[in-house]
Amino acid sequence: MFDKFSRRLRALVRKPEVERELDEELRFHLEREAEQNMARGMSAAEARRAALLKFGGVEKVKEECRDVRGVRPLEELWQDVRYGLRLWRKNPGFTGVALLTLALGVGANTAIFHLISAVRLRALPVPEPQQLAEVRIEDMSAARGMFASWHPSLTNPIWEQIRERQQAFSGVFAWGADDFNTGTGADVRLARGLWVSGDFFNVLGVGPELGRVFDASDDRPGCGPAAVISHQFWQREFGGDKSVVGRRLSLDDHPVEIVGVTPASFYGPEVGRAFDVAVPVCSAATLRSEDGRLESGTTWWLIVVGRLKPGWTVEQATAHFSSISPGVFETTLSPKYPPESVQGYLDFKLAAYPAASGISQVRETYEKPLWMLLGIAGLVLLVACANLANLMLARASTRERELAMRLALGASRGRLIRQLLTESLLLAAAGSLLGAVFAGFLSEFLVSFLSTEDNQLFVDLRADWMVLGFAAGAAVLTCVLFGVAPALRASRVAPGAAMKAGGRGLTAGRERFSLRRSLVVVQVALSLVLVAGAVLFSRSLGKLLATDVGFEQEGILIAQVNSSRLNLPGERRAAFRRELLERIRAVPGVSSAATVNVVPLSGSGWGNSVWMDGEDPAGKKGVSFHRVSAGYFQTLGIPLLAGRDFGDHDATSSAKVAVVNEEFARQLANGANPVGRSFWVETTPNTPQTRYEIVGLVKSTKYYDLREEFRPVAYFPATQAATAGLFNQFLIKAGVPPAELTAGVKRAVGELSPQSTINFKVLREQIQNSLMRDRLMAMLSGFFGLLALALACVGLYGIMSYGVASRTQEIGIRMALGALPREVRRMILRESLVLVLVGVAVGLPATLAATRLVSALLYGLTPGDPVSLGLAALSLVGVALAAGYVPARRASRVDPMVALRYE
Amino acid sequence: MARQKTDLLQGTLDLLVLKTLQSGPTHGWDIAQRIQQVSEDVLQVNQGSLYPALHRLEEQGWITSEWGASENNRRAKFYRLTAAGRKQLQTEAETWERFSLAVSRILQTS
Repeated sequence: MFDKFSRRLRALVRKPEVERELDEELRFHLEREAEQNMARGMSAAEARRAALLKFGGVEKVKEECRDVRGVRPLEELWQDVRYGLRLWRKNPGFTGVALLTLALGVGANTAIFHLISAVRLRALPVPEPQQLAEVRIEDMSAARGMFASWHPSLTNPIWEQIRERQQAFSGVFAWGADDFNTGTGADVRLARGLWVSGDFFNVLGVGPELGRVFDASDDRPGCGPAAVISHQFWQREFGGDKSVVGRRLSLDDHPVEIVGVTPASFYGPEVGRAFDVAVPVCSAATLRSEDGRLESGTTWWLIVVGRLKPGWTVEQATAHFSSISPGVFETTLSPKYPPESVQGYLDFKLAAYPAASGISQVRETYEKPLWMLLGIAGLVLLVACANLANLMLARASTRERELAMRLALGASRGRLIRQLLTESLLLAAAGSLLGAVFAGFLSEFLVSFLSTEDNQLFVDLRADWMVLGFAAGAAVLTCVLFGVAPALRASRVAPGAAMKAGGRGLTAGRERFSLRRSLVVVQVALSLVLVAGAVLFSRSLGKLLATDVGFEQEGILIAQVNSSRLNLPGERRAAFRRELLERIRAVPGVSSAATVNVVPLSGSGWGNSVWMDGEDPAGKKGVSFHRVSAGYFQTLGIPLLAGRDFGDHDATSSAKVAVVNEEFARQLANGANPVGRSFWVETTPNTPQTRYEIVGLVKSTKYYDLREEFRPVAYFPATQAATAGLFNQFLIKAGVPPAELTAGVKRAVGELSPQSTINFKVLREQIQNSLMRDRLMAMLSGFFGLLALALACVGLYGIMSYGVASRTQEIGIRMALGALPREVRRMILRESLVLVLVGVAVGLPATLAATRLVSALLYGLTPGDPVSLGLAALSLVGVALAAGYVPARRASRVDPMVALRYE
Repeated sequence: MARQKTDLLQGTLDLLVLKTLQSGPTHGWDIAQRIQQVSEDVLQVNQGSLYPALHRLEEQGWITSEWGASENNRRAKFYRLTAAGRKQLQTEAETWERFSLAVSRILQTS
């Protein structure tokens, strides 16, 4: 077997040598025969002639010998490849365009697929990930309290009950994401933290790279904090120092001993957010001593995942959890739970959900856009294929004579098709290879584009088989799409007809030419879809950026001051905050400053149900809250429409007051000026039902994000807060450059309390970062739209100039009969325009259908937005004119004499 | 051409080549000569088809080739029977015998 293979390989690779041996063997035979003939008395010449006669056709014998060698197909393939490469050299323009479009098309598809594979398709890098299942409450609408996670999560008492009672899992663990400050003083950095239960690493099957990971003994009530750090954090913060185990790390100003390092392959349970440091759940008693989250039945912060016992399915597990739910929730019901929601709490049902690929905010945010982008990129690839098919057809028509000649000489049709397909495959393979390189850069770029300072995106971008398979599949598909039709067509030429057309190429038959026209129409139609998408997404982004948020975003700095190291007693904290605010207001350049607990448009929120005093509580409405200091409205430029701002006289001892926005007045007070009236806020786990008097009315502002409609908002004075924290957030408006301002604020805060740590953010940046997804869609769809336009332009130009070239005679005759150059030009341009208009007509329904799919991502636009569609169609008409102009000019300059004499 | 010559049956050439090589390695021209001589010139080997046959047999692994010196001391390609070739020769010879026996029986009875 191997022998045979090596012989074939030799025959292929060392072809000259094999050929020489065959020559020599046959020559020996002939000479030997001739010798014998001479021995019988013939003359030398006669002997030789007789030998040749007896032997038969030497070349035919050789050919038969080669045939039996079995290297024929390989040899021909090699021939075709070399021939294809020679054609590349002869047509560098064609090759360049083809390779570039393929590389962009395949590259874009591969890059986007790579991201999808990383955030959606790939399982967590742990053993047997398909056994993992998450437990959560089916419908959490009756959940009340503090929510510390974007993902539906559970309280610590619920988690402990699940751990006690569950039978479905061989092992179960809980985790919660949180950020910690590491370092002290001025040198503070954010570390991405995980609260993990004792079995977290064991159940996931992740061992230590260094030291040890936690086990059940690390997670006991009253534990001291300990930390397991990730490989990446170990490298970044400790330079991979082996002696790191046993050293202390400062987490939120608490010294925490490092007990181990996890391997590089493990980035945590959340795709898109790599963890730096993991601490046991029980250490919240130390690290978050203020919020009492371990005992709290109303702080929702843990995600529970388990490994299904062998033979258990997710459905069985759900049935099991449903059966233990009543016990779990009866046991864990907090006495503070708002009475209105107690029944809802007791009715909660736990259910299991597959969790093989972990849990991911990135996935929830970007999965849909990524699939859409893959669809868009797929369309671009189709356009590129249509374009290439067109170019190939054009080229095939110039090669008609060559192909006809070969058919006439006895080449089989299959052989020609094989050759033409080899050329396409060669292009597809080279283009895809370039595309794979391009994809590598593009996916890296996309990840860095989507990362912000606060939200470092971590996506594992190692190439895997799925991605490579995708790229290879795309390459083969494109090859088939752009190669097969031209190959079939080209080989169908009747040799006689092609040869007869002596000298000039066959005047393309209507049928042949119309295939190319339909390809251009398809291209234009697909381009319309892409361009319309691009216009829609960028207009949507434009509208979002220009949307009226109700406050001024420019020049506002957010300063987050953490003074927890001060250990100030509760009663002195309010005075400390007032002092901080005074010092910040005194910083040179600061025109106003205020504190706020929830920065608008930061994605965070706080709220409760509210009804007007004297009205039926059943008519309560959800209202969002801000707790602010005096000067907040002035700092953000929010006009006060009636009443007053807060002041120092709004003290804890005086009546509770609030300022509300116009939307509040519209929805709760029938649009009348509500100043002077009062409203009630429903009981919360920490506060009883409370009455507030409205003292001011302000213009509405957006609360969570730019897309929302104005919602009812109530502002409460910071001076009336029940408890004051040691974490203060300031909004500062200043007329000096940010660098100067931050230095001034740092100095001012440092003078008052050197132990405080400060983070700065720019409000405008934070808001713009919330539009990352819209930017991504606008940028990429814009890029793809331009690409499609360029391709359509090339395709149109190709067909128009081919048309002009093959009609030179006709044009010559027209001009000889008195047609003006202007008329000829108009005739050609009209044809180009007709092609585009047909394409637009075909593409319009497709566009309407396609844009409906993306409507969820649009803001302020309907999917069939006539302005956007009009712009898209207009840009294609522009392309038609641009692509038709050069051929039209060429046509108008045809010299009738030359054209006619050409015959 | 005084004597009547018989064209070789398809497939018979392979058998004859293998049989010839049983007595030792030799080159293509010699194989043709020997078949002709041994059959007393009844079987005329078409020299043109001999070489493709040799290459085919080699491709199938029944014979191998190497370059050596011919009887008049010139470089020639020598073919040699392999173990697989020997086995093949045996099967083919048996088949042939059964076949020719059957044919002669038919000829005798009619």
